[in-house]
Amino acid sequence: MSLAELSVHELLAELAAGSATALDATEAYLAVIAAHDAQVGAFLRVDAEGARVKARAVDARRRAGEPLGRLAGVPVAVKDILCSKGETTTCGSRMLEKFAAPYDATVIAKLKAADAVLIGRTNMDEFAMGGSTENSAFRPTRNPWDLTRIPGGSSGGSAACVAAGMAPLAIGTDTGGSIRQPAGLCGITGMKPTYGHVSRYGLVAFASSLDQIGPMARSAEDAATLLEVIAGHDPLDSTSVHAPVPPYGEWINQPLADLKLGLVREHFGPGLDSEVDAAVREAVRVYESLGATVKEVSLPHSKYAVATYYIIAPSEASSNLARYDGAHYGYRTDEQAMLAELAEERKQLEAAKNERGLAAMDTALVRMYRRSRSEAFGSEVKRRIMLGTYALSAGYYDAYYLKALKVRRLIRQDFDRAFEDVDLIIGPVTTSPAFKIGEKADDPLAMYLVDLYTVSANLAGIGGIAFPCGFSKTGLPIGLQLQAPPFEEDRLLRAAHMFQQATDWHRRRPQL
Amino acid sequence: MSKPEPYTIVIGLEVHVQLAAESKLFCGCSTRFGAAPNTQTCPTCTGMPGTLPVMNRRAFELALRTAVALDCTIATFTKWDRKQYYYPDLPKGYQISQYDLPFSSAGHLAISDSKNRFAPKNVGIIRVHLEEDAGKSMHDEHAGEADSRIDLNRAGTPLLEIVSEPDMRSPAEAKAYLDELKLLLTYLQVSDCNMQEGSLRVDANINLHLDGPDGKKIATPIVEVKNMNSFRAVERALAYEAERQYEVWQETGQRLGDVPKQTRGWDDTANVTHGQRHKEESSDYRYFPDPDLVPVTVAAEEVTRIREDLGELPAQLRKRLETTYGITPYDSDVIVNQGRELVHYYVELADLAGDGKMASNWVQQDVLRLLKEIGTDIASFAIRPWGLSELLQKIKAGDLDTTRGREVLADMVASGRDVNAALQHLGIERVDESALVEMCRQLVANNPKLVADVKAGKMQAAGAFVGQAKKLNPNVNPGRVREICLELIAAG
Repeated sequence: MSLAELSVHELLAELAAGSATALDATEAYLAVIAAHDAQVGAFLRVDAEGARVKARAVDARRRAGEPLGRLAGVPVAVKDILCSKGETTTCGSRMLEKFAAPYDATVIAKLKAADAVLIGRTNMDEFAMGGSTENSAFRPTRNPWDLTRIPGGSSGGSAACVAAGMAPLAIGTDTGGSIRQPAGLCGITGMKPTYGHVSRYGLVAFASSLDQIGPMARSAEDAATLLEVIAGHDPLDSTSVHAPVPPYGEWINQPLADLKLGLVREHFGPGLDSEVDAAVREAVRVYESLGATVKEVSLPHSKYAVATYYIIAPSEASSNLARYDGAHYGYRTDEQAMLAELAEERKQLEAAKNERGLAAMDTALVRMYRRSRSEAFGSEVKRRIMLGTYALSAGYYDAYYLKALKVRRLIRQDFDRAFEDVDLIIGPVTTSPAFKIGEKADDPLAMYLVDLYTVSANLAGIGGIAFPCGFSKTGLPIGLQLQAPPFEEDRLLRAAHMFQQATDWHRRRPQL
Repeated sequence: MSKPEPYTIVIGLEVHVQLAAESKLFCGCSTRFGAAPNTQTCPTCTGMPGTLPVMNRRAFELALRTAVALDCTIATFTKWDRKQYYYPDLPKGYQISQYDLPFSSAGHLAISDSKNRFAPKNVGIIRVHLEEDAGKSMHDEHAGEADSRIDLNRAGTPLLEIVSEPDMRSPAEAKAYLDELKLLLTYLQVSDCNMQEGSLRVDANINLHLDGPDGKKIATPIVEVKNMNSFRAVERALAYEAERQYEVWQETGQRLGDVPKQTRGWDDTANVTHGQRHKEESSDYRYFPDPDLVPVTVAAEEVTRIREDLGELPAQLRKRLETTYGITPYDSDVIVNQGRELVHYYVELADLAGDGKMASNWVQQDVLRLLKEIGTDIASFAIRPWGLSELLQKIKAGDLDTTRGREVLADMVASGRDVNAALQHLGIERVDESALVEMCRQLVANNPKLVADVKAGKMQAAGAFVGQAKKLNPNVNPGRVREICLELIAAG
């Protein structure tokens, strides 16, 4: 059995026993990448040399009997949205194509301290805006189960790389479902922790009040180990919470007794693919067979979740992305061409004696902003900046942003009420399995609806986990989602693990 | 007020004060002025992707201290908002500020004029809020040139914005408000208030209220005046602007609301205000709560503790000096305006000398003069109150006169000698009363002409006796010489 097929738990055991080295493991994964990533396109950059250097250093320290971190020698892929000192962080955007961060994100620092082998940066929708990874400025990523289909997004690169066996662990980020949705579509396990459980410091912001970093892995057990490393309060993030970080990896083997699951009435309306419906109901029966009880719950405001999300997230994005102005770092338009353009405009206006036009002409500074942002942002990013700018404008703020905040509170209250009766909410991740590349490219609204079942957790700030619960007739993974009250990551992981002990959907691998 | 104007001037001031916090509002960078450009920056205050602000509690406490001293209502819950606009010295594309829930509101500052140019009054404070400063940029945008230099050392420095009600009715009141505010901030040690270094910046809103033809009150358009680099400049700019607005009103009849609010810059050399380029006046800052920061809660106990720790503030001190030491409002004003250290010095001196008025005179006329001459401050002034009080007591006892007293003090400062050593060094000793009487007897005997003059009622002739006595012995008490001579003449 290749080292690249072992679980993290098994790999760590092999490394500890000395039957394999970190370099062996790294080479095994680099070999899978070399064999398949040309097809899949999960990575934007593979740091083979850096990974080998780190692996050798871990091996040397192990031989010297020095203490090692929790993930010593385990390759981890990171979504290209976390800053790492001296390294490029593109966010899938031309704007940051040549941007090297001057500091480490807290999660990167924790991974480095845990002696993880950072193997490369994964592809994503530009600034995490999208659900298919088609919005990457650099390349599409393909679903390893069907290369004509999308892997989901925005953490599509991370999901695809884990599904294709190119890394045992990956870091994703989830603003409206960007971990859970691609995990569901790629047949892996992905968790969005409670807002504030993992530090956002160094995560390039899309929507600050919704963004959360989380683990992506082949199993709940592996995800638990990664979460243990990255979670915890961070003084550098004012919104991070003082919540304990239990040994998730250890506790995961403890099954949950008397588990009460809630099936959300509103999740089973029209639009839900019949195969997904059937797979989720079958998963419920698996839990019942494990002693769980199931009852129906209602999240009456969930029908407003997507609309609410598409006010709040773009509003915050319009502000967060204002810093990309070409003045300080990142992309700047060709200044000579810009000045020539201005001179030409001036000449024409002067010739036409257009005083008004001359007075209204951009200054060089404004034109620099305008051109830099127009040239370097993709259309989805521009669309959201415009949406958000509009929603925050004087005269519209109350009707859109303020109202969205109120609905957001109601959505949270729905969950609070539901969790009075049940321990976890169970349901689908998406309405259907992965769609074809290009299928929704011209229909932004249809694309926004892929977040239907996932955005509520972000709006409520609660945690959720997605993992495979079946396959379509065409062989595409179908995801199951569990959601828990705040800071009940342990409950999510143990429940997912119970399921994975009883089923083997998560063990299936795509043929590449 | 020499000539009554046909209008009332209405002035409100917005003052920005950099807080004397060692580090910036949302990161750990130093706020020291004058460092090489961009050396006091970090990923956070340069707005690097992924960075997050963390509030500096110390800066927030300084802000609280100020607001409590201004008698503001302190909000129990306050939040941070993003004020969004594009400018190269604003690296995030927004400034973290406070919009609809500032941490404090509804305070006031009492102002008065020791020269009685206006009646004492309370100037209302609408709000005090905290925000981060922007960086500095110098750039040349015209003629298609885009040569810009940006220094972000200042970006993120904690800045307090203090917004007054439009309660001031003359440039003199505006200046008094600024003087008093600066003094208060200095007493509170929350800012160094250095206008040259930009620690304190003032913008003024001014318009006129006048009687319309139908007798109804009319308001002229409000103008915001910027670019004033000293309090004197504020006073001059407002005086100019009031006259200018009156002229414009006479020409155009424009009232408040007829034209958009105008911004004018003060030109300190030409002594005029210039209209500034009309940027889109109704700029929409798209304020919204900063999702990277959590709201700040302030407990009532914290406000109480801050209030108790404020110490005596200028207004209270003036009153105490007047009532306890019997000095005039003018004198208490001079002393208090010099700062807390001088007040302490004065109080100690007055207590030791047992004479508040005398202590006040000596502090104002001699101590302040000497400090200026030596170029030092009261804290490092070598003559401590007990040393000076010994001298004052000797003067009161008639051992020496004020003039000689000054010589003694000068010697003490120059030589480091104490009072007695200085007296000895200068050969000053109390003249025995019998010797003094004897000297006067001889002077009267030797100057029949002067005696005749005195008898004829020319009292200035008595001064000549004092002059002669001082020549014989510089230590004589001039007042006593005069008294004895007059007694002898009257008796003879």
